[in-house]
Amino acid sequence: MSPRGWDTPVDLEREPATIPNPDTTPVPAELRAEIEAHMANYPDRRSAALPALAAAQRVHGWCSPEAIEQVACVMRVTPAYLESVASFYDMLETSPVGRHSVYVCTNISCSLRGADELLEAVLKAAEDGIDGEPINVRAFECLGACDIAPMASVDGVYVGPLSISDVPQLLEDIRSGNPVLPELQLARRLVADPHANSREYPEHPIQPAPGGAANLELPTESPDAAIGTMDGERPGPTAAVEDTPDHAGEESA
Amino acid sequence: MATAEAPKLLFADIDEPGLATREVYERRGGYESLRAALAMTPEAVLEQLKASGLRGRGGAGFAMGTKVSFLPKGAMDKYLVCNADESEPGTFKDRELMQKNPHLLIEGLIIASYAAGANRSFIYIRGEYVLQADALDAALVEARNAGYVGEDIHGSGHSLSLVVHRGAGAYICGEETGLLDSLEGKRGNPRLKPPFPANQGLYQGPTLINNVETLSTVPTIIRMGGEEYAKLGVETSTGTKLVSVSGHVQRPGNYEIELGIPSREIIYGLAGGPPEGRQVKCWFPGGSSSPVLKPEDLDVPYDFDSLGKAGSMLGSGAIIVVDDSTAILDVAMKTAKFYRHESCGKCTPCREGTNWTVKMLERIDSGEATPMDLEIMASVQEHIIGNCLCVLGDAMAMPIGSMIAKFKDEFEAHIERARLSRGLSDVAGSDLALAAQGTLDAGPETLLASDPSGDQAPGEHAGDPGTHQGGA
Repeated sequence: MSPRGWDTPVDLEREPATIPNPDTTPVPAELRAEIEAHMANYPDRRSAALPALAAAQRVHGWCSPEAIEQVACVMRVTPAYLESVASFYDMLETSPVGRHSVYVCTNISCSLRGADELLEAVLKAAEDGIDGEPINVRAFECLGACDIAPMASVDGVYVGPLSISDVPQLLEDIRSGNPVLPELQLARRLVADPHANSREYPEHPIQPAPGGAANLELPTESPDAAIGTMDGERPGPTAAVEDTPDHAGEESA
Repeated sequence: MATAEAPKLLFADIDEPGLATREVYERRGGYESLRAALAMTPEAVLEQLKASGLRGRGGAGFAMGTKVSFLPKGAMDKYLVCNADESEPGTFKDRELMQKNPHLLIEGLIIASYAAGANRSFIYIRGEYVLQADALDAALVEARNAGYVGEDIHGSGHSLSLVVHRGAGAYICGEETGLLDSLEGKRGNPRLKPPFPANQGLYQGPTLINNVETLSTVPTIIRMGGEEYAKLGVETSTGTKLVSVSGHVQRPGNYEIELGIPSREIIYGLAGGPPEGRQVKCWFPGGSSSPVLKPEDLDVPYDFDSLGKAGSMLGSGAIIVVDDSTAILDVAMKTAKFYRHESCGKCTPCREGTNWTVKMLERIDSGEATPMDLEIMASVQEHIIGNCLCVLGDAMAMPIGSMIAKFKDEFEAHIERARLSRGLSDVAGSDLALAAQGTLDAGPETLLASDPSGDQAPGEHAGDPGTHQGGA
């Protein structure tokens, strides 16, 4: 698919979009609170564009016109500005995609170890999606895990080295919501350098299931109920949204 | 003489359970370097950094102490940005450090900010590193609660704010000025230099930018003393270095080595060399942006200057090994396609050069090229180098140029084979007229034809990069 504006004509008659009016732009309260917390982190509020768009994408599934409008409303910037940002970055989706993503690294180190065949296998296996819902399977540039090549990032969880025979289980784990291929998770691996550790250490604990608490800054409940919260009723900046990390993946048992 | 069994400064007991927590980190002596540094003057800390001879671990290898001293003096907002974008293909050392020992980076960053007089800091981490960013966020909360980050750190009068900023997937944001634009909330387009970031960087303020590994080394330098640290490694490349080894080796992974050991020691000794029965064909010594070296270069000492003299560079310390089972054309194609996708499109030589290089490589594969195309391709590479705002274009031109130069015979054989299988004449023979005819026939038509894979326009960063990669 070509990016918008390349093969497809733009609507020249349309008025340029201005900064959305807060009175007519409903923003989910939690999304608003998260974006405001990000804006407070920087001397210039525009610095929050990436984390804000990422947050909106988690709510809406992609950087839809509605998502961009909501972010623009809270950040007080034009939708065009945010579109220029969203269209630059690979992880921000500018067209609708499945909720679950599988990024298969196909860069040089991974392709030397069979990543292209792996990608083909994942694409084929995920053709029909999961329970009728499409999966966002895509080739991705070097994900920085060439030690477990060929590898994939499943909703942010790195797994590898993968063989084609692992693909059905990978998709089954996504479907069932279990941790993805626990034995192959990067988080468990010890460093390769044989002289690094002065003692023997156990493998690290596995990461929670994709879409679990560790990967989300927002609660997993649907924020739909909150839509309609207007500017005057926004929660105070004390809302617990400041990148609250979940220690589950880090602390050892 | 440097040996493979280097002292482990960054990787010491890196897998100890709970090392990512402040409790375990402090039990192992963590944050003592920070206390020691805060008891010194910032100038004295800077002297230690200079004496250590530490060179930046991100790719350029610039002396860290000198870089710190470039920041202007005086009371103003100064910024320290940690480049944790690690997206150079083949590089995954910072990932291991941040995931397993995030407090080490935070401690080093605070010490560096004290030496530089920076009061605001950011860690720009690539968005794909979810686990690592979560580890940093958790460590930052602990560091803040312990008073290591915030106002008047432990009564020293030095204040520092720190924010972990997650990127969203763009190689160019590892380039320091592209990173700054991205951190300011824009598309990650590199800036014209000068002004350099030390004078006008983030939000137009003086900015120091350092790699994760560089900053993570700082606590060790304060603990050992700069001069003691400088005794490790070789004269112009001091200390230890994390090396990421990947590709056709039996034990891919991260290794901490003392700079200056023979490269063979790393590739064969530590990583086990290529699988049984296969030979090294070529290797990238410093990420996919570094010119490739051949097996005869395996005894080159692994340090900044020796690799430079051998015609390549240490870069980010990522060794990618390619064995003799792989065609050089495939390696070139992967490399070129990556840079085509990642070019931000701001400068013409890079935007067009990466695009045409891919097209020319595809012509070779489809049997439409003649040996003359190799010369054109080599000259395209020469015209990219040094002609752009940043080095992304160079980062393709250098390895591709080196592959054309070092594997010319194989490229020519590939051209001939592909032409034969397409039913064209043997161009290596005397039938030059027909060869020229072939060039004309195939040339403009192919070059103008729209790309059947539905590729993005060069410079258009949006959409699905899968279309780029999938067809390879």
